[in-house]
Amino acid sequence: MNTTTHLLYLGTAVCFVLGLHLMNSPATARRGNQLSAFGMAVAIALTVVVLVDDGTITATAAVVLAVGVLAGAMAGLVAARRVKMTAMPQLVSLFNAVGGGAAALIAFTDALPGAADEAISTTLTTFLDVLIGAITFSGSLVAAGKLAGVVPGRPLTFRGSRALNLLLALTALGAGVLYTARIGGLGTLGVLTGTALVIGVLMTLPIGGADMPVVISLLNACTGTAVAMAGFVIGSTPLIIAGALVGAAGGILTKLMAVAMNRSLLSIVAGGFGTGDEQTAPAIAATGTVRTVTADDAALQLAYAGKVVIVPGYGLAAAQAQHEVVELAQALTEHGADVSYGIHPVAGRMPGHMNVLLAEANAPYPQLKDLDEINPQFAATDVVLVVGANDVTNPAARRPGNAVSGMPILDVDKARSVIVVKRSLGHGYAGVDNELYTNPRTAMLFGDAKAVLTALIRELQAYVR
Amino acid sequence: MTAVLLADITVFVLSVLVGFEVISKVPATLHTPLMSGANAIHGVVVIGVMIIAASIDTTIGYVLLFVAAAFAAANVVGGYVVTDRMLEMFHAKPKGQR
Repeated sequence: MNTTTHLLYLGTAVCFVLGLHLMNSPATARRGNQLSAFGMAVAIALTVVVLVDDGTITATAAVVLAVGVLAGAMAGLVAARRVKMTAMPQLVSLFNAVGGGAAALIAFTDALPGAADEAISTTLTTFLDVLIGAITFSGSLVAAGKLAGVVPGRPLTFRGSRALNLLLALTALGAGVLYTARIGGLGTLGVLTGTALVIGVLMTLPIGGADMPVVISLLNACTGTAVAMAGFVIGSTPLIIAGALVGAAGGILTKLMAVAMNRSLLSIVAGGFGTGDEQTAPAIAATGTVRTVTADDAALQLAYAGKVVIVPGYGLAAAQAQHEVVELAQALTEHGADVSYGIHPVAGRMPGHMNVLLAEANAPYPQLKDLDEINPQFAATDVVLVVGANDVTNPAARRPGNAVSGMPILDVDKARSVIVVKRSLGHGYAGVDNELYTNPRTAMLFGDAKAVLTALIRELQAYVR
Repeated sequence: MTAVLLADITVFVLSVLVGFEVISKVPATLHTPLMSGANAIHGVVVIGVMIIAASIDTTIGYVLLFVAAAFAAANVVGGYVVTDRMLEMFHAKPKGQR
C-alpha cells in the first residue's frame, strides 16, 4: 500500500468522525450521515483499486466477492426501504448481527491456512474477534427475534443456567487461550466459535423486553469492538478506527440507558428481573385507594385544560399507538391547548426510539421535550396524560430505600391532575408499587393504549363540536 | 511488540477517546439515528472482507467469503439507507403546527 492509499483511508476516517459530530443537532444530522456514507463509498472504491492493483485475488474469489456483496446490498436496501418505524429496533439489531458475523468470519477465514506461523498478536486478536463477533451475531439475532415477537419477550430462564453459562465461559476462554498459544489450530477456533454462539443466545434469552434499549446498545458496542479486532487481525487501519468509534458510541449509549433505568449493566446481563410487559396481580389495593375515570370524563378534563403534557412510555410503543396519541395532541392543540410530550430517555424499545415514532407520526419537533426540559414545566400543567409509562413516573424514586430510588423520573405528580392510561395495576419492571396511582390527583383509565386513545379522540370531538 | 502493532494500538485507543468525545454531546432525541448511523459505520467491515478475499483459494474459503461479503454489504447499505430515512423524517418536519 502506498502513501496515497493511506492518506485517502485517513480521509475516510475523518468523514466518519465529522459525520458523527454533525449528529449533534437534528438540523445537521442528515448531512452527517451522508458525509459518513460518502467516506464509506470512497473507502470501498479505494479498496477495489487496491485489490485490482495488487492482482493476487483469484478470479473465483473476485466473482464470489462481487456476487456476495451484490446479494447483501440488495437485501439490505430492500429491508431498509420497507421497514416500518416501529420495527426499526429489530432491523438495527439484524444489521448489527450481520456486521458482527462478518467481523468474526474475517478472522476465521484469515486463520484457515493454519495458525502455526502467526504472531501472538494476530492469534490473540483473532480469538477476541471470533469471540465477540460470534456472541454479537447470535445475541443480536435473539434480540431481534424478541423485538419482532418471534422469540418471547419475557425473560427465559431455566434451572442451572448460571452453572451452564460459567462452564461455557470457561470453555470459550480455554479454547481462546489455547488458540492464542497456537495449540490446536482451526479445531480450537471451531470450538471457540461454537461456544461463543451458544453464549450469545443464552446471554440474550433471559433479558426482559423493557431492558432492550440497554441490550441493543451493548451489542452495538460489541460489534464495533469486533470490527476493530478484525482490523488488528488483517492490519487494516480503517477497520480499527471505525470499529473503535462505534464501540465508543455503543458504550456511551449503554451507560446512558443503564443510568436512565437505574439498573447496573451486570444485573441486566444477569437477567430475569422482569419485563415491564407482564400482567402481574394488582398489588396496590392494600396501601391506598385508586380512583378510576371513564374515557368520557377524561376527555372532558382534557377539553378544559390549558396546558397538557403527554408522557408516552414503553406501553405506547408496544401497543403501536403513536399515531393515535399524535392525533389526540393535534385535536387538543386545535382546541387551543398548549400540548407537549415529556419523553424519558428509555421510552420505547431502543435509545431515542419514542422520538422517532412521534416524528414519524408527524408530531411537531418543538413539542418533543426531554427530561430536563419538561420537568420544570409540570407545576404549571393542568393535565398530564401518562400513556403506558410506569416506573419512570414513580415519585418513590425521589426517596431512598426502594427499587427505583435515584432513578431519573418525570415529575408528573407535580401537575394539577394526572390521567394514567394503563392496561392494569400491574407492576413495571422494577416490581414496585407506583405511588403516583394512589395520589388523590391521579385518575386511572384502564384499557389498551390504542383503544383508549381512540375513545378519547372521539369523546373530545363530541365536546368540541 | 512490533512497531506496526504499537501504531495500531495507538490508533485504536485514540479513536475510542475521539468517539467518546464526539458522541457524548448527541441529544437524546437523536439516539436512535445515532445508533443506526454508528451501525452503518461498522459496515466498514466490508473492506476487511475485500482485503481477505485476496488471500482465499479454497472451497471452504469461498463459502465463508460469500457469507461474509453478503453480511457486510447488507450491514453497510441497509445501515446508511435506514438512517437516512429516519433523519429525513426528522428534518423535513415543519416547525410549529402542521
